Amino acid sequence: MSAATPSAAQSEAQSEAPSEARSEARSEALSGGFADAPVQSARAFREVLEAMARPGTIRKVAGARPPAPLSVAAGVALLVLCDPTTRLHLAGAADCPPVRDWVAFHIGAPLAPAETADFALGRWEALQPVTRFRIGQPDYPDRSATLIVECDRLVNHGPALTGPGIETATWLNLPETAAFRANRALFPLGFDCLFTAGDRIAGLPRSTRVENI
Amino acid sequence: MTDQAYNFAYLDEQTKRMIRRAILKGIAVPGYQVPFASREMPMPYGWGTGGVQVTAACLVPEDRLKVIDQGADDTTNAVSIRRFFQRTAGVATTEATTEATVIQTRHRIPETPLKAGQILVYQVPIPEPLRFLEPRETETRKMHELEEYGLMHVKLYEDIARHGQIATSYAYPVKVEGRYVMDPSPIPKFDNPKLSGNPAIQLFGAGREQRIYALPPWTEVVSLDFDDHPFETSKAPHDCDLCGAQDSYLDEVITDDQGGRMFVCSDTDFCAGRRAKGHAGRLGAGQKSSKTFANSFEGIWPGTEGAR
Repeated sequence: MSAATPSAAQSEAQSEAPSEARSEARSEALSGGFADAPVQSARAFREVLEAMARPGTIRKVAGARPPAPLSVAAGVALLVLCDPTTRLHLAGAADCPPVRDWVAFHIGAPLAPAETADFALGRWEALQPVTRFRIGQPDYPDRSATLIVECDRLVNHGPALTGPGIETATWLNLPETAAFRANRALFPLGFDCLFTAGDRIAGLPRSTRVENI
Repeated sequence: MTDQAYNFAYLDEQTKRMIRRAILKGIAVPGYQVPFASREMPMPYGWGTGGVQVTAACLVPEDRLKVIDQGADDTTNAVSIRRFFQRTAGVATTEATTEATVIQTRHRIPETPLKAGQILVYQVPIPEPLRFLEPRETETRKMHELEEYGLMHVKLYEDIARHGQIATSYAYPVKVEGRYVMDPSPIPKFDNPKLSGNPAIQLFGAGREQRIYALPPWTEVVSLDFDDHPFETSKAPHDCDLCGAQDSYLDEVITDDQGGRMFVCSDTDFCAGRRAKGHAGRLGAGQKSSKTFANSFEGIWPGTEGAR
């Protein structure tokens, strides 16, 4: 990635020339990945693991600079978990040329419709209806989608969460509760969620019980 | 002294992503065995290839790694895996349970309670608890799908009919969050209560069988039993001969050919820690490690000063 940095600076300097607009977009797609992938992805995965294993805890990740409108945390989640063997669905504003280019260069995940995706990325509204995502099969519940949900902020205030990974109860500002209650009712089937906002990430596996308080 | 010829933590990034996805799905469905594309590792199957792959996918450079084999830090398997990650990941290592952030274990849970922020990685030989009752994978998968665990209860019942009690003493089956029956790996059933409500993340890796499963923190894990034959832990009815602990799991060590024997903590760090604090058992003071003592020439040979 370090090779892409000088060309990014170069195209920035020449950005007045309209013919350079395309190469600027391209250099944006070429930059913003992990500089030291093995170590940065290891550190990021530990945060994602802690987030998923302790639903509702908000963790901080770093290392990715994806193009707008993706958050840092969403970019990190993609870099850590997705590769050419996972089908990715981009929903709503996330489905734009800069993001597609960035995904194509850094991750290589084939883009797919929601029904067949292993991972889906977008704001909660854009992901609706969430019932179209894969929930796994009764004999293989692991063959289910993971949703990376972009949020404006993450705070430990809102619906109450209980279940595996939570000692007594915790709280998280989920976009709604009905969808997650319906998802929990499918257990052991269901989709799993990662919520991202800025450089923060939180997890909500299908095993968590969600209640309005 | 990281070996620069290898990627960080030995495995390539594509493999680690695949393992990491399996770990996250395992966390999301506690007790369910997630298939994964297990790689050949530079050690034979049965030496912890599953655990090593899970550890490699989780390690960060800041980690402090502890590896135990039947509770001991100083046996061949534990030493070689610890050195493997010292070389390929450059991580610090420790023998102290309280200092470790990642603990890879073969067949024991440390006596010292684990805490949040720690990860316990189990090496699993046969992940399927129903495998010895039903050899076909297609059938056991269907049984898990339908939550059809009658066969396991029949097995436990037959234990009682034959032996008057549930004779399973290790790899004692458990039910996770009221859904999946899970093999806790061949830990003694003495350790089963530590599975439940544990603040650490527990990950299980079976390399040859290509399965990963997990217990998130604070997960409810119940050992299978009957109302009239409740689950009971068991250990040798002795105190540790070196540190005097009454509540730790013990190894029996033959010390001579005259019927001499001693019982020592299987958890060497726990035993050493107690002796450092001044506790002493029947054979008392002066030895650095219970396993060192048991394996030492002086320990085995009768009549020398070391045997006492």
